[in-house]
Amino acid sequence: MAADDAPVIVARGLTKRFGKKTAVDHLDITVRRAEVYGFLGPNGSGKSTTIRMLCGLLVPTEGEIEVLGRKLPQNAEAVKRSIGYMTQKFSLYEDLSVRENLEFLAAVHGVTGAKGRQRIDEMYQRYNLGDLKDQLAGTMSGGQKQRLALAGAVLHEPELLLLDEPTSAVDPQSRRDFWDALFDLSEAGTTLLVSTHYMDEAERCHRLAILDRGRLVADGTPHELMKNLPGSTLKVTCGEPRQMQQALAGETHVIGIAQIGSDLRVLTDLRDDSLEWLRQRVSAIDAHAHVEPVASNLEDVFVASTRKQRAALEKAA
Amino acid sequence: MNLVRLMAVVRKEMMQLRRDRLTFAMIVGIPTLQLLLFGFAINLDIRSLPAALLDQANTAHSRELVAELASSQVLDFRRTVAAPQEIEDLMRRGEISAAVVIPPDFETRLARPDRPAWQVVVDGSDQSVQAAARQLGAFPLDSLDYGTGGNAPGSQRVTGVEIVNFYNPERRAPVNTVPGLIGVILTMTMVIFTAMAIVRERERGNMEMLIATPLSSLELTIGKVLPYIVIGLVQVTLILILGLLVFDVPVRGSLVGVYLASLAYISATLALGVLISTIAKSQFQAMQMAFFTFLPQILLSGFMFPFDGMPKAAQWLAEIFPLTHFLRLIRGIMLREANIGEMGIEVVALAAFVVVMMGVAAARFPKTLD
Repeated sequence: MAADDAPVIVARGLTKRFGKKTAVDHLDITVRRAEVYGFLGPNGSGKSTTIRMLCGLLVPTEGEIEVLGRKLPQNAEAVKRSIGYMTQKFSLYEDLSVRENLEFLAAVHGVTGAKGRQRIDEMYQRYNLGDLKDQLAGTMSGGQKQRLALAGAVLHEPELLLLDEPTSAVDPQSRRDFWDALFDLSEAGTTLLVSTHYMDEAERCHRLAILDRGRLVADGTPHELMKNLPGSTLKVTCGEPRQMQQALAGETHVIGIAQIGSDLRVLTDLRDDSLEWLRQRVSAIDAHAHVEPVASNLEDVFVASTRKQRAALEKAA
Repeated sequence: MNLVRLMAVVRKEMMQLRRDRLTFAMIVGIPTLQLLLFGFAINLDIRSLPAALLDQANTAHSRELVAELASSQVLDFRRTVAAPQEIEDLMRRGEISAAVVIPPDFETRLARPDRPAWQVVVDGSDQSVQAAARQLGAFPLDSLDYGTGGNAPGSQRVTGVEIVNFYNPERRAPVNTVPGLIGVILTMTMVIFTAMAIVRERERGNMEMLIATPLSSLELTIGKVLPYIVIGLVQVTLILILGLLVFDVPVRGSLVGVYLASLAYISATLALGVLISTIAKSQFQAMQMAFFTFLPQILLSGFMFPFDGMPKAAQWLAEIFPLTHFLRLIRGIMLREANIGEMGIEVVALAAFVVVMMGVAAARFPKTLD
């Protein structure tokens, strides 16, 4: 067993190519014990591929992985005993009932006899599955399936739980309950790695890695990331926001503009001079417009860091 | 190999099977349907071919020959014609498939061994009719010989060949087809069931979850295949019972031998199914590949056509197929009362097939999702 302060996941130069396409490009990640570590990125950014390599489902093309103190993929079989994996798509048996699915997984993980029955009862209680025991998994709702999938992934009390976009098929209330369940696990000492493309979910993680086109573009705590945003965010209040947005879109220092109700939220790559600069620009378009600074959020970090990486890539090409 | 994990897979597979009504129906439906179809509809004996008769001699001998032919029931003389031209017309219109022509100089010809005394004209566009013609060509005209006796040299010409039919004296087709059908039905169902069952895990995404557990591919494969061995034996039993009740097909050898041979053959088909499952990407592909291995086996194994009549190259090819060896085994045991030890070479051939297929499959087992 690794010491308590040793990282649970260490990946160095992790790379995966499928033919000519590079899905994951020299990723460096460190995940510490009992933290909720988030992967934030758009579809196709390499989140799933990375998670699959970290639980031994895919063999990396290049790079090194150490999970729970063991090297992958050489020790995949040993590591599989101590990890849980919740797939993006529901992957338990739809033609088996909740009970049958859990009993199968318990046996496969070697959680048998009285211990197995006790764990399954615990799962019924903790994840509200008691009334659904004999229902076929295929007939359950998205939220119910998700709870069953989580129960199946933690049944054998894994030290590390990897979740690939676990909340993509459920309603907001189920998402909230699900995150509460994740923090319960984290408090009990389980390390969690969660991929998501929801900003609000990313914001709840202890630490976060932002991925774009297979590369790590930023990482740190959500607070650090927002504090170190390479730019600033401003709110523009004006009469005709659509026209204002079009006019500002081509400006050199503007990275992103989003309309929020009747206001515009403008992200610039300037830090201290941004207010002055934007006021000048805006008044040239609409003399009555009002500009004020607002707090940055994770979406701004995401837009700014992916923009920076794409610009660098284009320059290189 | 961990027994708890293996049994977990077996139990899961049984539960899924119980809920899969289509597969369940196929397990019972395919053998029943095939047995009845092959048993009743397909009769390789030709009887009652519509025929015409042109008897230009009209002597005592010629009438005797016609009576003899008619009593064989191979030909059903529906028309008596007066000229060869009429035969051609009738045959072209499809009213007759064969005709017997007895020339005016029949008596003279009978006396002269260098010329054929009479002629059978057959519709060559139908293969089964040609086979019937061969039957007629070898027709032993015993009574005719006897009749022409001492004064006609015909007795030297016709060497009456007596065919003694062992094991199936009544020449009933089901006696030959039912044992073979055990092989055909197992080939059809077992290969498809196993290949599809394993590919299904991949297609439905369950494999991704399973790979992240301590379950090994070997445990998964064996666990999934074991229930099908039982199903295969159930099918064998069903065919034997139906064969006995409906077609009165006997099991002359030992029942244990029949089941041992079936078990060996089921293992061979399952091994083939497992190999297909490592290649096919979808259940549909698995189905196609299973069918691809099924057809040549049916055609070349000796089930449909006589093995000895095939060209040498086809025979060598057929020796690779497990169905060829199983057919020899099961016919030997069921009909000739052979014991399985006497046919050890066929069992060895089946075992070799299992070892090779499983070896190739094991080398291809996916350990990761790559």
